[in-house]
Amino acid sequence: MSVPELVCPAGNLPSLKTAVDNGADWVYMGLKDETNARNFAGLNFDAASAREGLRYAHAAGAKMLLAINTFPQGEASPRWQRAIDGAAELGIDAVILADAGLMRYAAKRHPQLRLHLSVQTSATNYEAINFYHEHFGIARAVLPRVLSLAQVADVIKNTPVPIEVFGFGSLCVMVEGRCALSSYVTGESPNTRGVCSPAKAVRWEKHGDTLDARLNGILIDRYGPGENAGYPTLCKGRFDVDEETYYAIEEPSSLNAMALLPELANIGVAAIKIEGRQRSPAYVAAVTRIWRTAIDAHTRNPERFSVQPDWTNGLARVAEGQQHTLGAYHRKWK
Amino acid sequence: MKLSLGPVLYYWTREALLEFYAGIADSGVDIVYLGEVVCSRRHNLRLDDWLGLARDLAASGKQVVLSSQALIESESDLKTLRRIAANDEFTVEANEMGAVRLLAGRVPFVAGPHLNIYNNEALAWIAELGATRFVLPLELSRDTLRELQTTRPAGIETEVFAYGRMPLAFSARCFTARHHNLPKDDCQFRCLDDADGLALRTRDKSAFLTLNGIQTQSALVYDLSDSIAELRGLEVDVVRLSPQSRDMLAIVESFRERCAGRPGAPLDGLRVAPPCNGYWHGVPGMEYRMPA
Repeated sequence: MSVPELVCPAGNLPSLKTAVDNGADWVYMGLKDETNARNFAGLNFDAASAREGLRYAHAAGAKMLLAINTFPQGEASPRWQRAIDGAAELGIDAVILADAGLMRYAAKRHPQLRLHLSVQTSATNYEAINFYHEHFGIARAVLPRVLSLAQVADVIKNTPVPIEVFGFGSLCVMVEGRCALSSYVTGESPNTRGVCSPAKAVRWEKHGDTLDARLNGILIDRYGPGENAGYPTLCKGRFDVDEETYYAIEEPSSLNAMALLPELANIGVAAIKIEGRQRSPAYVAAVTRIWRTAIDAHTRNPERFSVQPDWTNGLARVAEGQQHTLGAYHRKWK
Repeated sequence: MKLSLGPVLYYWTREALLEFYAGIADSGVDIVYLGEVVCSRRHNLRLDDWLGLARDLAASGKQVVLSSQALIESESDLKTLRRIAANDEFTVEANEMGAVRLLAGRVPFVAGPHLNIYNNEALAWIAELGATRFVLPLELSRDTLRELQTTRPAGIETEVFAYGRMPLAFSARCFTARHHNLPKDDCQFRCLDDADGLALRTRDKSAFLTLNGIQTQSALVYDLSDSIAELRGLEVDVVRLSPQSRDMLAIVESFRERCAGRPGAPLDGLRVAPPCNGYWHGVPGMEYRMPA
């Protein structure tokens, strides 16, 4: 049985401090540019706040990760390479990389810098993970949210690389790093610009009683009176297939794998990741605190572990949308 | 420039597949990519059937490449992958990094469109590993391609996806089974009904995406037939056409003519949907820019 480390999101310095205060083992953050997959206005770190974040985390015994998890395009990639150089100089505990070109650069230039394989690398099997391990010495791999529990266990059995999985937060239904839907509609995708369904492409239109949510002109969903309108993430709208209107790709639900914590520990998951660098410090505080409590309770007494109602309620209060799912961990979801 | 036929991305009957490739054997394509890339449950042709087909096409003078599955999830997926990688007759197109591990340093291979070779460092790396051809990721533009071409290592060819509905995303979930309210494990192979995928429309009835099992495609057909001269100018070696259920031979013929510098028949009546080419121009992929 493993004691999974808790890896929490930090969209800014207040969130980082909150995550550390509430018991995160690791905090992950990004820079204020397209080198990371949450390239949103008003979010992320500059050099000074990164330094302060690292100081704060280390003082509390926590570690800090820098996500450089988009794909530079074309010739040279100075901005991405400078981000790696900066992380090494600052003494950041590890960088999360998606692009093999950047891993090659980092492994050559900064052999002491610890590398984590980003979920955006789309490494869903141990052959792929072991390959990155052999070539770049990656020290951890984050699995895409597509594998069942049994498949995650099989990966862990067959790789020397510690495995990190998503435990909570908004849910990509597509294999991360393999989805170009957003650039198809808006010209910008997670891989190329660190965004999905970017806010600048969103338009709300009121027609009488109905509210239309459009993304660069494409109608993602249409809400009648009394319906709660959600952000038009393009795979989470209602569409028509064969005259039937429904959430054809995915409901606006989010992942909560807390009920699987005992199984995740049993199969030897090294770390559990919380999604949500774009969310508020209040979200980070609540989710970190509840997951810390749950992991500690499980570690103390695995046989007696059960998910407490106040944990579930606390998580439900901050979740996006009304529904929770076990996602791909649970075969029926597929 | 050589012309290639990408793998059939849909699930067709055995008869339909065999008839399709019988036509391709006499067509003007130089390279044929074969195999099941999307879903391991599809079995109308099994690996041995694909190998038999590969031998037939090779005997007709085609260069045959076996394409590996893009999303590998289970031990049984890996088992098939190992068999494909270990075949000693045909080159393999690696569509994820597990396949690369099984091929690198051992045999030459093709780096497929889903490997995310976005920049010159990644291209240099994949060439060092033994790739002799790479396929440009679909969402990249001609400007990015130009940059990649200037630093392209010797000995690696460049292939560009130039025709067909674009594979835009993969999931663990089967959207075709979901549409029919069936579990993926008991999907009853309903994707057999949709020879060119299942149309997903917006609620104001505009064609948006195409569901193809675990794969999501564009509704529009990517079409670079008007940019052949530009592709040649960028020293692209191979132009890829992605199969559709009808009129494929006429489309091949039109591209063949265009690659030879002749006008080529218009594709308007041949495409299964209107065209798009936005990615090539560095704008949203669904857009269409008229030729200059």
